[in-house]
Formats: sequence, C-alpha cells, structure tokens
Amino acid sequence: MKKEAKSVFVDKDIQFILGTLLRVGVVTAMTVVFVGGLIYLLVASNKIADYHVFKPELAEYSSISAILSGVLSFNGKAIIQFGTLLLIFTPITRVVFSVFSFLIERDYMYVTIGLFVLAVILFSLSNKLVG
Amino acid sequence: MTVLLFTIIVLAGAFCAGLLGSLTGLGGGVVIIPLLTLVLGVDIHYAIGASIVSVIATSSGSAAAYVKEGITNIRIGMFLEIATTISAVLGAIITVYLNPSFIAVMFGLILMFSAVMMLRKKVDHSDNDTSGKLATFFKLNGSYPTAEGPKSYAVHNVVGGFVMMFFAGIISGLLGIGSGALKVVAMDNIMRIPFKVSTTTSNFMMGVTAAASAVVYLHRGQIDPGIAMPVTIGVLIGATVGAKILIRTKTDKLKIIFAIVVGFLALQMIYNGLSGKL
Repeated sequence: MKKEAKSVFVDKDIQFILGTLLRVGVVTAMTVVFVGGLIYLLVASNKIADYHVFKPELAEYSSISAILSGVLSFNGKAIIQFGTLLLIFTPITRVVFSVFSFLIERDYMYVTIGLFVLAVILFSLSNKLVG
Repeated sequence: MTVLLFTIIVLAGAFCAGLLGSLTGLGGGVVIIPLLTLVLGVDIHYAIGASIVSVIATSSGSAAAYVKEGITNIRIGMFLEIATTISAVLGAIITVYLNPSFIAVMFGLILMFSAVMMLRKKVDHSDNDTSGKLATFFKLNGSYPTAEGPKSYAVHNVVGGFVMMFFAGIISGLLGIGSGALKVVAMDNIMRIPFKVSTTTSNFMMGVTAAASAVVYLHRGQIDPGIAMPVTIGVLIGATVGAKILIRTKTDKLKIIFAIVVGFLALQMIYNGLSGKL
C-alpha cells in the first residue's frame, strides 16, 4: 500500500513536468512556424496560391535533411517545416519521458510497450514507407 | 488567389475551426478539411496533411492544462497506442492510393457520426466491478482523486477497446483527423473508463497517434508549408481562446447549431465525393 502511494506521487510529479514540457514544445514550435511564415510571406505574398492538384514531386521540404539545409539558408518554407518537425517531436518526447518514468518504477512490461510505440514512430520516420 | 489572401482566409477559417472545435469538443480538423476542400478548392491530400499538424498542436497544447489534474492513465494510453500508432501509420500509407472521392465520402460519414456523438448525452459507465484478466495483467485499472478521496475504477473489455482503437487510428491516418469520437466509443462505452480519465488519456494518445502519421505525410510532401502554417497557427489560437471561454459558457445550444453545420458539411463532402468534384 505504501509503495503504491509513493508511485502515485512520482507519477504526478512526472506528469507535471511533462505538461510543462509539452507547452514549451508547442510554444517553441509555433514561434518557429510564425517566424518562418513571416519570411515566407515577405517573399511570396504576391505569388499565386495553387493547391488544386496534389503534386508531391514539387514538395521541396519533405525530408529532414532538406529542411535543415533550407533553414540554414533562411528559407521561409523550410523554417515553417522545421517548426512542424518540432511540433511532431513534442508528443514523441512525451513517450520517451514516459518510458523513463516506467524505468524508474521498474515496470519493465511498460518500458517494453513504450519502446515498441517509439519503434513504430521511428520506423515511419526512416522514410522507408513512402515509395 | 494570391498567397497573402489565401493565408489570411485560411488563418481566419482555422481560427473559427479551432474555436468551435474546442467549444464543442469535436476538434478542429473536422471543420478545416471541408473548408479547405469545398471552399478553397485545395486538394484533399494537402488538406489532410495540414489538418494532422493542427491535431498535434491542439492536443499537445491542451495536454498541459489536463495533466495538472493528474488523472491521465499513462498505462492505458501507452497500451492503446500500440494499436493506434501502427494503424495510423498504415492509414497514412494507404491514403494516397485511395481515390479522393472515396476519401471525401468516408470523411463525410465520420463527420456525421461525430456530430451525432457530440449531441448524445454522455453516460458514465464506469464502475469498480471485477474486470478481466487482461486489464489486470496490463495493470490498466486505476483510481482518480475526487472530493471524497481517491475513487477506483476497473477497465473492461480490453480486446474490444483495442480493436476499436485500431480502427480509430486507421481513420486518423486516412483522414488526418484526431478521430476523437471513435476514441470516446472505445474508452467510455467499450472499456467503461470514467470521463475524468478517458478525456485526458485520449488527448494524450491523440498527439502521439497524429505524430506517427504526420511523419509519413511529411515524407510524402502532403504537408505543404503554405497551408500548414496558417492552419496550425489559426487552429491553435482558436482552440486556446475556446478553452478559456468554455469555462464560463454553457455550450448546449451551440452544440446543436454546430451539429447542423457539421451535418451540412458532411452532406457536401459526400455529395462532392460521389459526383467526383473533389
């Protein structure tokens, strides 16, 4: 009984840290998206927006390496995509933290489950699934 | 239409979507996709990509408020994520091979279902009766704090909930929405988890599930920065404002109005899908 009470306490602490982490992650990502958006609009605001047909071959920033090199040259679109990447990584970080908290509680079954979920996400991140 | 005008219209539309989505509990994606496709003529694949990014933003943003109450059952969330991440990735892979008309019809049907679910009075089925072997094995049962001290609950029908979550993940990956309505069915109705726990846990899962399919969309070029930027910013600001208003407003009437609007959008999506206009 005592042990249970303690683990609830640890859970709550970790959840509080996680909540803050999520908010920081979202705010940071959105700031990056916003800055990228301003740069993008400065350059492209008078161009024609055409999204009537899906043309994946025209997507310039659809891989992490392309996004990073675009960010270095201050390309607005690349910076927006970088912000999107940060946003995608926010909930993933939450899973990583949960795995650590299960590790602290020595709940190895849930360490395994958490790692499996991470593996699924990392596998899709590896770019092998899109032909 | 110039990029500037497009950005402003999408920004305003996404703000409304986020606002209404958080006031009614329906989420932003279900409104933003019809807006982009029906009103602005955006290809549905781009609309899906932008919508999934906004799902991550709103779920992670509101999670900060939820976890303070400390009632998310991380074990239930993590366990069900096995189902939702696999199926979301699968859905995101298949979606590009599907005919846009088919996606539109399916979207319309899910939209209608979500509207009905929104209007139905939620009934808390939770209890602390003995639950199955699986729930015990996976340590899913838990307790949450109330005014009278911690209240225990038992999780039921783990297999049924898992299968339903797999379905919710596929829909999320196919259509770029959080599919909250389906998650409610899985957690509240099938697994009989109390609201206080299911709402926050479902929100926890939504971000992770959306991230899994977003990665696939990104690689495929479905997340276009020109659309994703105004959609994400608009929906997130709208949802944040909505959450603030929600505390001091009754939403019953708003829900009925919104259900009619959503029903109309659903019919439009189905009609346009069937007539091959999307």
